[in-house]
Amino acid sequence: MLMNLFKFKGGVKPPSNKLQSNHLPIAQAPMPSRLVVPLHQSIGGTPQPIVAAGDHVLKGQKIGEADGWISAAVHAPTSGTVLEVAMHVRPHPSGLDSLCVVIEPDGKDEWITRTPIDHKAAAPADVFHHLQQCGIVGLGGAGFPAHGKLTPSKGVAMDELIINGAECEPFITCDDLLMRERADEVVRGIAVFRDLLQPKRVLIGIEDNKPEAIAAMQAAVDAQNEPFSVVAVPTLYPAGGAKQLIRVLTGKEVPGSMRSTADMGVQVFNVGTAYSAWRAVAHGEPLISRILTITGNVHAPRNYEVLIGTPMGELLALAQPHPDTDGILMGGPMMGFLVPNPQVPVVKTTNCLIAHDDRLFPPKAPEMPCIRCGSCAQVCPHELQPFEMYWFSRAKNFGKTQEYNIFDCIECGCCSYVCPSRIPLVQYFRFAKSEIWAREREKNAADAAKSRFEFKQVREEREKAEKAEKLAKAAAAQAAKKAAEAAAAANTENATAPTAETVTTPAVADPAAAAVNPEKEAKRATIEAAMARAKAQREAVQPKNTESLTPEQQKAAAEIEARRVAAHLIEPEPVASAPASEKPE
Amino acid sequence: MDILLAIAIMALGAVVLGAALGFAAIKFKVEGDPLVEKIEAILPQTQCGQCGFPGCKPYAEAIVNGEEINKCPPGGTEGVQRLADLLGREVKPLDAEEKPKSVAIIDENTCIGCTLCIQACPVDAIVGAAKQMHTIIGQQCTGCELCLPPCPVECIHMEVIQETIDNWKWKYPVVEMRVETTDKAAPMKEAA
Repeated sequence: MLMNLFKFKGGVKPPSNKLQSNHLPIAQAPMPSRLVVPLHQSIGGTPQPIVAAGDHVLKGQKIGEADGWISAAVHAPTSGTVLEVAMHVRPHPSGLDSLCVVIEPDGKDEWITRTPIDHKAAAPADVFHHLQQCGIVGLGGAGFPAHGKLTPSKGVAMDELIINGAECEPFITCDDLLMRERADEVVRGIAVFRDLLQPKRVLIGIEDNKPEAIAAMQAAVDAQNEPFSVVAVPTLYPAGGAKQLIRVLTGKEVPGSMRSTADMGVQVFNVGTAYSAWRAVAHGEPLISRILTITGNVHAPRNYEVLIGTPMGELLALAQPHPDTDGILMGGPMMGFLVPNPQVPVVKTTNCLIAHDDRLFPPKAPEMPCIRCGSCAQVCPHELQPFEMYWFSRAKNFGKTQEYNIFDCIECGCCSYVCPSRIPLVQYFRFAKSEIWAREREKNAADAAKSRFEFKQVREEREKAEKAEKLAKAAAAQAAKKAAEAAAAANTENATAPTAETVTTPAVADPAAAAVNPEKEAKRATIEAAMARAKAQREAVQPKNTESLTPEQQKAAAEIEARRVAAHLIEPEPVASAPASEKPE
Repeated sequence: MDILLAIAIMALGAVVLGAALGFAAIKFKVEGDPLVEKIEAILPQTQCGQCGFPGCKPYAEAIVNGEEINKCPPGGTEGVQRLADLLGREVKPLDAEEKPKSVAIIDENTCIGCTLCIQACPVDAIVGAAKQMHTIIGQQCTGCELCLPPCPVECIHMEVIQETIDNWKWKYPVVEMRVETTDKAAPMKEAA
């Protein structure tokens, strides 16, 4: 149909290399000798394994339970025995291991009971749950759980639902073949998405280098009498990027800061996602296989329907690679990466395997200095300034790279593709991004450690205070008891003695203080009682050598005493000894 | 007469400005030393005390008062670099050996449940009770090693954090030196 299309800035036209693999129909890949199914195949939480070594599983049986809302279940691709749940290498540029379920097929390919869902009758939440349980994730590359994208954004009306059949990367033809052969089911899947999202219009964007796919999709749309528009978009890499396709079809510019395009009333799904969603809804089939292109340095490039978990090396052998093949590239030549070894399994987001050799991908000449030609900025589809980001990434000045919006970079590789100095710009950006993420993690960890440390200090202070208070209370209670006893004893012993006076007088003299702080008062009473006791003891025990003195001697002694008092050699009142006697209490 | 007017205007100006400054001094008073906070933000908050101060904040305060900036081993050379940038001081080599980031692990068979490590942990990352087995919450362990010395049975050891897919980082792109090896994977990575 005729439609006013828009343009995104930049983009490149690499040789498409699609003709090698799109002339043959999709073939069914044979059952591999064993399947290695990584549990983490989508964005979000890592599914938890729910099977153990030795378990017998059926085709489509859930083996990994979704962990959280943004996560999707993982299923056994065929019936067989679980050999182990262990760490195996996963298709990831790091070449590191992650938890995988290894299944030995029994050859029966026996299905588990499949339960379809009537998406029109069921509540949307149930449909989302069904899709999550069927492990439906975005098959375009990122692997975002589909149900997460189908949840409408609050307060924003859905204007456009865009179905991405652009397939802009060279070599890849899996979406092309899917649309040619299974357009009917793709369109039905789109209808499911339409019913859930209720958009004003549905646009199916397909690059104009796939006329058969466009015709097939148009025919299916017409046959089902759906009001979807099949739109041929100009072939220009990366037209299949979600933001670029939105721009081309609607003219809407997605702001860099926007996390989800649903916030501006647009949602994009890959055609493969629509197809697998339809299989899940109408047939209850979980996502256990996908269509994938095997091409590159091979005799027989073709598209295959492949079970998730099939080792890539076994698949590549189907296409008869040339003997000089020296690696497997997963994904396209622009954004793909070389897998660490041929045992790496196919995952939900594997859309293409390219046999790598030096003829197709000549070794890159050494990087030359940037000559500031600005070519990278001209081709950047996100209107970034790759040369600036390159300087700052190279200098590890990550704050500056963020000022130049490095996180808007989709790593499409256009800048590296055109760079006359052959600078691996995207490598620098990936490096900078992962460093920034790592720093963010460290910062969060440091903040958490700091708050925990501060909390511990506060807690220790509080515990100390509580302990001191408890001790004081206990001491006060004991002291009050003793004081009362002592006072009672003193009163009964000698009512007229000055000891009783010293005990009672301050209490009477300062009733206000007593009222304000009875604990303190009790303590003081104890001290005074103790002092009084000490005094009484001293008075009771008169120095022996003064008993039989003559009056003259006594007088002399008294004079000496008086002089000593005057000279402050001794204290007139024996106060100093009082605290000592209080201590043992 | 004119000169009196000029003096009066200047005096008035001085009074007005003085009042404004005085008001600003009270209204916009900065609590604490903002430099300490900036330094503290750079320090790794392991609270390990390897710098000789009882925590990261005291060290940050000491740095403001002239302490050397190269005494934080967990911060590493990069931490020294960032402190030097912030403070305009010279970068000095780290005053200790830089260790890879680790977490403490309790051998739960040997642990006697003495709670000494729990008291030593600055971030409360150890769970346990008296005469009960203790364990370390790995995510919250800062790797400060303060729990190692108090343990009477030496059941705690440090384990270096392994690289996983979650914490893996893209490497700095380096120019390949053409060394003849059988491992061709690395140079091919950017072949695309």
